[in-house]
Amino acid sequence: MAKTIIPFGPQHPVLPEPIHLSLTVEDEIVTQAVPALGYVHRGLEKLCDIRDYHHMIQVVERVCGICSKIHAMCYCHGLEEMMQVEVPPRAKYLRTIWSELHRVHSHLLWLGLFADGFGFEALFYQLWKIRERVMDINEATTGNRVIVSVNVMGGVRKDLSLEQIRWILSELELVESELKALESTILDDYTVKERTVGKGMLTKEQAYDLGAAGPTLRGSGIAQDCRQLNYAAFSDLEFEPVVEYDGDSYARSKVRYRETLQSIDLVRQALHKLPDGEINVKVKGNPEGEGVARVEQPRGELFYYFKGNGTKHLERLRIRTPTFANIPPLAAMLPGIELADVPVVVLSIDPCISCTER
Amino acid sequence: MFKITPMTKNILKNLITKKSTRPYPFVIREPFEESRGELYNDIDNCIFCSTCARKCPSQCITVDKEKGIWTCDPFVCVFCGTCMEACPTHCLHHKRTWRPVSGQREMIEMQGTPPKSKKKAAAKKEEASG
Ligand code: SF4
Ligand code: SF4
Repeated sequence: MAKTIIPFGPQHPVLPEPIHLSLTVEDEIVTQAVPALGYVHRGLEKLCDIRDYHHMIQVVERVCGICSKIHAMCYCHGLEEMMQVEVPPRAKYLRTIWSELHRVHSHLLWLGLFADGFGFEALFYQLWKIRERVMDINEATTGNRVIVSVNVMGGVRKDLSLEQIRWILSELELVESELKALESTILDDYTVKERTVGKGMLTKEQAYDLGAAGPTLRGSGIAQDCRQLNYAAFSDLEFEPVVEYDGDSYARSKVRYRETLQSIDLVRQALHKLPDGEINVKVKGNPEGEGVARVEQPRGELFYYFKGNGTKHLERLRIRTPTFANIPPLAAMLPGIELADVPVVVLSIDPCISCTER
Repeated sequence: MFKITPMTKNILKNLITKKSTRPYPFVIREPFEESRGELYNDIDNCIFCSTCARKCPSQCITVDKEKGIWTCDPFVCVFCGTCMEACPTHCLHHKRTWRPVSGQREMIEMQGTPPKSKKKAAAKKEEASG
């Protein structure tokens, strides 16, 4: 059979964001996939030339809409370590709470989009309906739905009142029960299994060698989670990385489903343990020298590199996002599958392209 | 064979429960207490110190101290609330609602009384020289 090259993307119905894959197919089977990026590069890192390091918090939040809070937390965490600022414990807990809420809504968003990707619209709407509760928590506690702007250097800007804590707990109760009611659909439904089981295989060795991150890595049986590095308040909270061993699209969606429940539990733990005290400290001086920060984003490991020169403008800021790390594994998953399964497998790494290109 | 999938139960339940969407714009959800909407300046309390303009990450505020004009470009503002917290006289606030859609790029411009200290200083100078 002769080879045909089929372009997939940058505009494709299942992709909310532009990525181009050049697929070589023989018959209906993909034999090679070559990804091409660069459609939404915005040059946000370069903005540190004209915005000072406090302003940059709002800039890095805009790297990714879905996990905005986690970007800001990573940025602040890295600079605070560089400048030896001790963040008050309450602020650490609050950061943890909001970042886990972001993980919950990001995973629900993804589970919905994934269902939509293989044509299960009813499940998609159902999951987004649940997600709306988390978005409401965000809006009610921080002032904005998506880009929450709660981080500042040295802590957070908003506090939670006792009333709000009670309300969050009761809402999370609902989120959890509503999500659990869908468990059998998400994990056992015929449609879901038919489209995901055995599709887009990534073995443990491949995942390790190609440097996969986040649920893509954990879905292939490697128990690594950056939250184990104990930034923010994770040292005081109990959790185990969620691992699945099959390495297919189904395993990855199972990881995300279980992580959603885990994050709800983490928020609960953090709310129960929330210490009293200050929520931020004043940060004096300017960053100098070099530093790095790593945190776990819903899609995997997020990495920041900073270089300061003692002025209020950073000399260099480099962001490596998890989707960037997950593109080589994606290129390894695609060969051997049918053309019709490509959209589902591409979605299974939870691609966030604007994040990748910053 | 006809098979009852787990989703069927859910769909049937949805038929008898309340709708989760609203017929916007006929029914509008009240914004939350802390929602950050349009910015406004309680201009009588503003001392035109320009702190807000310096702290704003999107640099959308301009303060004219001489004329006493405070301007914000709502098309650039990202509703982060940094200015509001930085303001020493707490005269900046976010309304809870957004501006209605607008076809023109209108600025939020507010005219206040410029601070007197300058005038006083100028008057003193005049006195001294005269
Ligand atoms: S910070 Fe407050 S007082 Fe100063 S110019 Fe801005 S609005 Fe006016
Ligand atoms: S809300 Fe943020 S972006 Fe808008 S004027 Fe204030 S500081 Fe600037």
